[in-house]
Formats: sequence, C-alpha cells, structure tokens
Amino acid sequence: MGLKILTEHINVPGIETLEVYRKHGGYKSVEKALKTMSPDEVVEEVKTSGLRGRGGAGFPTGMKWSFLAKPEGVPRYLVCNADESEPGTFKDRWFMEKNPHALVEGMITSSYALGANTSYIYIRGELLFVLRILEKAIAEAYAAGLLGKNILGSGYDLDLHVAPGGGAYICGEETALLESLEGKRGNPRNKPPFPAVKGLFQSPTVVNNVETIASVPWIVNNTGAEYAKIGVGRSTGTKLISASGNINNPGVFEIELGVPVEEFIYSDQYCGGIWKGKQLKAVVPGGSSVPILPANLILKTAAGEDRLMSYESLSDGGFVSGSMLGSGAFIVFDEDQCIVRNTWNYARFYHHESCGQCSPCREGTGWMEKVLHRIEYGHGHQQDIDLLVSVAKQIEGNTICPLGDAAAWPVASAVRHFRDEFEWHIKHPKEATAPGAVYRGQLDAITA
Amino acid sequence: MAKITFDGIEVEVEDGTTILQAARKIGGDVVPPAMCFYTPLKGSGGKCRVCLVKVTQGSAKDPRPMPKLVASCITQVQDGMVVENTTNEDVLNARKGIVEMLLINHPLDCPVCDQAGECDLQNLSYEHGVSATRYEEERRTFNKVDLGPYIQLHMTRCILCYRCVYTADQIADNRVHGVLGRGDAAEIGTYIENVIDNEFSGNVIDVCPVGALTDKTWRFKNRVWFTKPMDAHRDCPTCSGKVTLWTRGEEVLRVTARKDQYAEVEEFICNTCRFDKKEVKDWTIEGPRHIDRGSVISANHYELPVVNVPIVPNLPVSTKKNLPQE
Amino acid sequence: MAGDNIKMAETINEVKFSDAAMAEIQRYISHYPEGRQKSALLPILHIAQAEFGGWVSPEAMDKVAEILNIKPIEVYEVATFYTMFNLKPVGKHVLEVCRTGPCCLRGADQMIDMIKQKLNIEEGETTADGMFTLKPVECLASCGSGPMLQVRELYYENIDSEEKLDQFLEMMRNKEHETPTWAK
Ligand SMILES: Cc1cc2nc3c(=O)[nH]c(=O)nc-3n(C[C@H](O)[C@H](O)[C@H](O)COP(=O)(O)O)c2cc1C
Ligand code: SF4
Ligand code: SF4
Ligand code: FES
Ligand code: FES
Repeated sequence: MGLKILTEHINVPGIETLEVYRKHGGYKSVEKALKTMSPDEVVEEVKTSGLRGRGGAGFPTGMKWSFLAKPEGVPRYLVCNADESEPGTFKDRWFMEKNPHALVEGMITSSYALGANTSYIYIRGELLFVLRILEKAIAEAYAAGLLGKNILGSGYDLDLHVAPGGGAYICGEETALLESLEGKRGNPRNKPPFPAVKGLFQSPTVVNNVETIASVPWIVNNTGAEYAKIGVGRSTGTKLISASGNINNPGVFEIELGVPVEEFIYSDQYCGGIWKGKQLKAVVPGGSSVPILPANLILKTAAGEDRLMSYESLSDGGFVSGSMLGSGAFIVFDEDQCIVRNTWNYARFYHHESCGQCSPCREGTGWMEKVLHRIEYGHGHQQDIDLLVSVAKQIEGNTICPLGDAAAWPVASAVRHFRDEFEWHIKHPKEATAPGAVYRGQLDAITA
Repeated sequence: MAKITFDGIEVEVEDGTTILQAARKIGGDVVPPAMCFYTPLKGSGGKCRVCLVKVTQGSAKDPRPMPKLVASCITQVQDGMVVENTTNEDVLNARKGIVEMLLINHPLDCPVCDQAGECDLQNLSYEHGVSATRYEEERRTFNKVDLGPYIQLHMTRCILCYRCVYTADQIADNRVHGVLGRGDAAEIGTYIENVIDNEFSGNVIDVCPVGALTDKTWRFKNRVWFTKPMDAHRDCPTCSGKVTLWTRGEEVLRVTARKDQYAEVEEFICNTCRFDKKEVKDWTIEGPRHIDRGSVISANHYELPVVNVPIVPNLPVSTKKNLPQE
Repeated sequence: MAGDNIKMAETINEVKFSDAAMAEIQRYISHYPEGRQKSALLPILHIAQAEFGGWVSPEAMDKVAEILNIKPIEVYEVATFYTMFNLKPVGKHVLEVCRTGPCCLRGADQMIDMIKQKLNIEEGETTADGMFTLKPVECLASCGSGPMLQVRELYYENIDSEEKLDQFLEMMRNKEHETPTWAK
C-alpha cells in the first residue's frame, strides 16, 4: 500500500465530526499557517510541493496562486470547484461525503494564503445531500472558532459558504462556475480577463478543485519539499483515481503518482482485474473528455515502455498514441463493449451539456451526435467516418471554452484507434445492430 | 499607441483597441466578418467565432505566436503584433467550417425572408462559398411568434448572437426577452407570453444580423432591393430622430436606424420614429442613403440595382400575388 | 399523493413560501455581498421546487424574482438553463436515472429499458397514477456504483438486476418524501 495523504483516516468512524477529525490531527495546518507562517510562505510551500491542479488541466497550483492580482481595497476570493460532473469522475463527491472537514480545513488554510476573507464551495446541485454534510461541518468549524472573525486569535477573518449548482456540466469550467455562482446562466466568459484578475463579482479569484485544496493541509504540515518527494518527476504527490467500468473493484483509490497502469488495473489493491474473467479492450484514463486508448497502448507507450499513472506518461505519444491523466477518472472497457455505442453516448453527453453560446460547439456537438447515432443504429454511410473527423476538427480549438475540445477529442480518438469497428458498423448494419453484437476483429491486435 | 501588422498592412491604433477595430481602420477586404460583436453593445462578441484570426506574433516584447486562432472582436492588440486573416489558409478554413455550422440549422428560406438582401449570414455564405450541405438531418424549427404589435420573432433563423438581449438590457429597460434553454435547444423568447414594450424596443430589429427579428409594421413586406433608402430626420423628443427611410415612391415602407458599412447603427432610434411615422411628410429628407457595405444590396447579386427599382403597385395583380410575401 | 400535487400545482394562484423556507432563503441571500443578492437564485429555485410539488411554475419563478428584486426573465433564463429544475408538473417520485457511458458499461441502458417496460412510460413521461416520472440524466458522479439513480436528494446505487429494480420500485411506491432539511 502506498502512502495515503488524503485518505489515511477516511474510514475512521465519525471522521465527519469535528471532534473525531481533530483527534486524528485535523486542523493542524490552520494553526500552523495562521500562527507561524505568512500567507506568502504558505504559497511558497505549495509552489515547492509541485502540486498540480486535480480538476483536469494539471496546472501547477502554486503558480496559479502567485498570479492572483492583489489590488488595494479589493476583496479576493477562493472558490472551490466541487462541480464534479465529468463522466467517470466521482472522487470529490466520495471524499466530501466521507471527510468534509478535510475540505473545510484546506479551504481555511488556502484562503489564508490567498488573503481571501470570503470563500465559496460551489457544489453540483445534484449533491444537495453532500452540501448539507459540508454545511454541518462548516457550522462545527464556526462554533470552534476555526471560521468567522479572528480565527484562533490570529486576527484573520474568513467566512465560508457552500453554493449549489442546478444541473449543468459546463459549470465545472471555472468561468461558467463563477457566472453560476453569481446566479446566472452557466455561460463561460471570454478570456482575458482571467479570474485571477477579474473573477467572482469582478474581483481577483482563484478556482481550485476539491482534491487540490484538500492536499494543501498535508503540504503545510509536512512541507512542500516532502510532498515533492512523493510521485514521479513533475507528477508529485498522490492522486485520487475514480475507477469505473468493467473491473472487479470499482471505486476511489489514492495512488502515488507513477504506479504502472498494468498494476493499477490488475492488482487487487486497486481495480482487481477485468470482471467476469474477460479481456481488457480499452481505457479512457482521465474522464470522458480525454482520448480513449486501446489495451495495447494503455499498458505500454508506443515506444514500448510501461505506461505509468502520471501526467507525463499518460500523455506520452501526444494524441497519436497517448491520452491524458485529466481528472483521474479511469474508465475500463472489457472485450464485449462497443466503442461506437460508447462514442455516441459521450457525444450525446457533450451535445446535452454544451451551453450553446458559440456556434462551433452549439451546432457541432449535435451534428456529431446525430452522425454517430445513425452509425450505431445501422444507417451510417461510408463517408460518415470522415465527416465525423472533419466536424470534430471544425470544433476543436475554435470555441470559447475547452468543452468544444472535450467534445471533439473522444470522437477523434475513437475513430483513430477503432476505425475498423466504425467501418464494420457501416458495412454490416444488420450484424452490428443485433442485440449484444460487438466487433471482435480488432481484439487480437490490440490485446496482443 | 500600438503598431500592428494585419495581413501585411501596418496600422497604428490606440492601446486597448481590438484586432477587429484595427482591421476596420484599414478597411476593405481584409476586415474579418463579425456576426455577434456590435460596437455599441457592451459585452457583445466572442460567440459566433466567424471573426477568428491567426496571431503569428504576439507582440514586440513577446513574439511567440498565439497557439489557437483568436476571436478578433475581443482580442486586444499589442504593440508589434502580427495578425493574419485573409492571408492565412487555416483562418479561411476555420471560418468556412464555422459558417457551415451556422448554416446547418438555418432554414435557408431567403426567398421568403424579410432580411434577404441585407442579411449578414447570407452575405457570409456567399463569400465563403459553403456549398451543398453535408448536414442530412432535420433542421431545428420553431414557430413564429409575435412579441407585441411591432416585432415578430422567427426563432428558426436566429444564430444566437445575443445582440438583441444586450440591446434590451443596455438601450431599452425592463427586458422581457432573453435566451432560454441551452445548447442547440437554446432560443430567444419571453417564456411566458409577453410583449416587448418599451420606447426603444424596436432597436432589437436593427441589431439582428439575420431575419429573426423583423418589423411587423413594414408595409407591403418588400424585398429591400425594391426599395430606396433615404436619410431623413425629424424633430423627435425621445431620440435623435436621425433615421433611414426605406421608401417606394411617396410611401415610407419602413424606418430603421442609420447603419454604417458594418451594419452597426449610428444612433438608436425610438419606437415612435420607427413604427408610427410612415408618411414622407413626417420627415425631412436629406438625400439617398449610400449603402456601401459588401452586401447583396449593393453587390447586385439579384441583378437588380438599388436605383431604378421596379415599382410593385404598377404590376398586374396576378404578379403581385407571386411576390414573396408573408 | 402525487396526483394531488399536480392538481394543486396547476391551480396554484398564490405562491407562498413557508416560514421555514423563507428563513432558508434569507440565509442564502446573506452569503453574498451587498447588491449581489441575485447570486442566491439557484439555491432559492431548489427551495421553490421542494416547496411547490417538485417543479417550478411561472408563478413560483415570478415570486422568486420578486424576492430577489430582479426581472422575471432573469429567473426564466436561469431555470431553463439548468436541468434539475422541472418546468412542468412531475410525478411523486422523479426517477433521475444516469444514462452516461460509465454507468452503461455496467448495464444502465438495460435498466432504463426495464423501467420503461415496467412502468409503461417513455422518457420524460409520468405514470398514469402520478407515482413516477422517468427522467434520464447525465453522470451523477457515482460511476463506480452504476447503474444508479437519484430521487430527490438521495442516491440509489448498484441497481444491476431486475430483482433489485423491482425491490426498489416497490420501496418507492410506499415511500413518503422527507420534509426538506431546513424545515425540520
Ligand atoms: C467543461 C469543463 C468542465 C470542468 N469540470 C470541472 C469539474 O467538475 N471539477 C473541477 O475541479 N474542474 C473542472 N474543470 C476544470 C476547471 O475549469 C478548472 O481548471 C479547475 O477547477 C481548476 O482547479 P485545479 O487547478 O485545482 O485543477 C472543467 C473544465 C471544463 C472545460
Ligand atoms: S465551447 Fe461549448 S460550452 Fe464552451 S462556451 Fe462554447 S458553446 Fe459554450
Ligand atoms: S434574434 Fe437576432 S439579434 Fe437576437 S440572438 Fe437571434 S440572431 Fe441575434
Ligand atoms: S464577431 Fe467575433 S466572435 Fe462573433
Ligand atoms: S456515469 Fe453514471 S454516475 Fe457517472
């Protein structure tokens, strides 16, 4: 078992209460930071740690914090992104539900570092039950003098609130999130200005993922240098992986970055292998937005090296033969899964979730869904495959926010790696639409 | 001041100017099209993406190119910036792709559309030669609705540029319409039956780049190229009273604000001027309006010059019926 | 009964929040700076939906606009953007079933088909007795425990066989909704 930074106490009964949480060392980072460190010192530690944003993009957190504009007399905000709606991702929900104080502690320490006196946790609306868990934890923290005025006698004030969304994946995009938090439609904003300059209520704002913020207390308690020793290369620390699909042990696992993918899939510590004794066909390693990889390319890079669970290794080979760690949502496909159907399903998701503001994404996502639908249901034409690639290209890079790219990549990568399967659907519509039918022609090649 | 090179042409502009405005300063064919940005409307732009350009050099200080194409309407110039529009293959391809996206759900009902002849989308599709559509699916359709006695909404034609929403927020007050729903199901609407009723509400018609919002008082609904635009004014207590009259003989068929070559209104006008003053005697005529933007009105796509317009009432009754009418 | 809910909702003339709901609304408004009270719009819409029979009527939205001192269109724009707000009357239990990829790898498609068959309704429809509405939704962040669904604030996970589905439906038929937390 690797080192557990986020989940060490997660199964302790009563850890969701302040009392038990504190017994297990909870809120130490608040005392240490507020009483013995300057805000800039906390930012420095986070920089040294090499911690990268866990929301998907993997941007270095310390650097992001140091970009925050600090004009005189203007409030600054820290907003925690608990929107978690990327298909395959469920680590933040699981974590907040089990250990809400860990997030509250991270919010206090991080808000102090950024000089924010009001902070928000924006949680997806479907998780109202988790919102209530968080609100309870926050109320306990207020009662214990860990929130509110003059926290622990340090002179630092902080108010922390939880705000629910209303059902919209796009509100995970940080500027759409800010719009939503202001009570508006979740339309992403044009950038620049970036949130670090003009964010919530037009004030400088940092938006960070739940897991990113929850990693800060350990860094403050144990130093950034210690954190940087964990993991591999520029992928420092531990990461929560949401493992789903056709595996024996779906769930959330905390791994030290750098675990070999093969070990992650087959070890009983983690996924426990493919269910029902089946073969591995493909993996989407970082949430529905990242490219899908066939079995051979997820286990080994194109150069034949073992693929590791790290930012660098998963993206080795670029989009030709690699993918991304993304949000750490590891979706596993067994041999009986149909790639065309899955690609259509994802396309439907992005079509449903596009905010509709910019034309390539608004129109293109729907177009891709319709073309994929007809291929899946036996009405595809030969030129549809190239049409899909072309529409994906027309969207990619030309939109206001990255949702356009996120919609294009799964389609482009599925065609890239599973073109045979698409062709089979088009050439043999009868066989392909028979109940339970799956194309197996490629299996030998990719599982070799 | 910032000096930039746009399609090989140098131009000097104020700091904070957008690439689009800098290109407009140069003028002519190099200017990127703009379907959503509208100079008088704060916050507009960035949505339609037809104005995308390539920044091959960010600035004199940081000469790195920008990794993606950028929306020229919202991207500010930097001193020493080098931008490519019509000289860049990627830009032209991307734009073609975007125009295709704007058209897949568009009804292409130009023959019966009031906006035909002065529609930015129509112009754009001519220029970018998007041919036989690759889109086989059923197009999205909506019913026509009346937004009160003056304005009709054909949502099917809307490209969701949000201009009318900004107009209602910034020019008129008490906005009752907006964008409802999301994604490609988003629509302009009032949700509950409602009347857009405000002294400046009619301006939403002028800002609409397509024929989605039209003037219900437009008499004898007419193809614009049959009509003769005249600049005119009146002493109006509410607005500047400076308008363009679209006349046929002695009749005022419609009144609009004066628009520049980029179809942007010079001054917003009030509803009294627009909807109620439909006689030539209400107005002091200044002279013919020069239409010089690259539109089908001036480009003679219909082989009908703006001058010498056929006079519809002189046609035999049977022909009249065949004229596109709604 | 849900049928009563629908009737009641349709004939609703005056929209009045309970005192407990009003207190909750005020609490949310207090979370935002002066002049930014519109920020509380989403939580208030959730409260309205829980208060008035599981959906938000135009009247309820107008009331919300009045409370926040914003234009009604600002509420309509927001309520129609977010999928959680039901804009039409719904059954007593809205089955929000995840239909997204990861859950489908574990049988969500089949589960949705079974629900349709058993309840004899299509997506978006309500059973004749007003008991169930079927509303497929996108990923609910419970992908490791699919097939799964949500009813009001609760998740029901690992419904991976017909037997479990039957048990679930039976349980729901006899279940009353809990009082919203703030009203306890
Ligand atoms: C369409 C879209 C959806 C996103 N959803 C989430 C999300 O649910 N949770 C999250 O933390 N970040 C999400 N992100 C990334 C955020 O925009 C942002 O980068 C992140 O919250 C920054 O936090 P981090 O630096 O701690 O990762 C999303 C981005 C996009 C474009
Ligand atoms: S890319 Fe899609 S989701 Fe993002 S702003 Fe454009 S339409 Fe909205
Ligand atoms: S109705 Fe016209 S102005 Fe309004 S959003 Fe649609 S296209 Fe733009
Ligand atoms: S004009 Fe620039 S994006 Fe529409
Ligand atoms: S895919 Fe069903 S909860 Fe994520």
